[in-house]
Amino acid sequence: MNETIALIFIIIGITFDLFGCIGLIRLPDVYNRLQASTKCVTLGTCGILLGVLIRFGFTAAGAKALLCIIFLLLTSPVAAHALARGAHKSGIKLWEKSVCDKYEEDK
Amino acid sequence: MRSKILTFMVSFLLWMLLSFSPDWQHIVIGILVSFLVALSMGDMFTNEAHKWLNPRRYIWFLYCLVVFIWECLKSNIDVALRVLNPRLPINPGIVKVRTILKTETALTFLANFITLTPGTLSVDVDKENSCLYIHWIDVKSQDVEEASKIIVSNFERILKEVFK
Repeated sequence: MNETIALIFIIIGITFDLFGCIGLIRLPDVYNRLQASTKCVTLGTCGILLGVLIRFGFTAAGAKALLCIIFLLLTSPVAAHALARGAHKSGIKLWEKSVCDKYEEDK
Repeated sequence: MRSKILTFMVSFLLWMLLSFSPDWQHIVIGILVSFLVALSMGDMFTNEAHKWLNPRRYIWFLYCLVVFIWECLKSNIDVALRVLNPRLPINPGIVKVRTILKTETALTFLANFITLTPGTLSVDVDKENSCLYIHWIDVKSQDVEEASKIIVSNFERILKEVFK
């Protein structure tokens, strides 16, 4: 029973990781790509780790998976934020069909 | 001083979870390492240690986590649908929003939550004017007030209770 639930979580995780990668290829500029990769890859990887946690229960491996989930949730948005800010500061333009850029106006 | 004690406790707990064997060798090394960490970096961890003792904050934090997980699921499905749609229905732009949160921790959490919720990614924080610049994959309104209402007001309400 546990194995089946764990497997379902791992499959969901891998699917979202795949969507994140497709987004990385299909979307037009750095900022949109960061959106897809941050969101989908965070949930996807958390799903895989949750599957591991369910499969092994609260043992040495399970506790490490839980800690990895917490660290991933804390660090991946910070990394995305740093990349987006760095890209904007170094002058990378938004996609030409973008609606507005308030950050550029306020600088 | 309180901040150092708190750092010691948190790092020791993390160590015990990572090593996961209640063996005296692990415990001694854990105490030594956490003591060194607390001594050298304890003051950076938090500057409002008294806030950690209030149980009401933890209840709000749990509620906050539930809302967050729900939003995170929604955002993933949203992005997945956009990416898989052959016409690629995106309408991106960077908007500015205003927030009522002031403390550093609260702003950090708000920025992180914004990044992991549907269609938004925080690009920069202006602490003096408490504004955030947000990349929005589907811009619904360019007006500051309107955008603030759609993006941040929901989380602001909860985070205010946790960190105020």
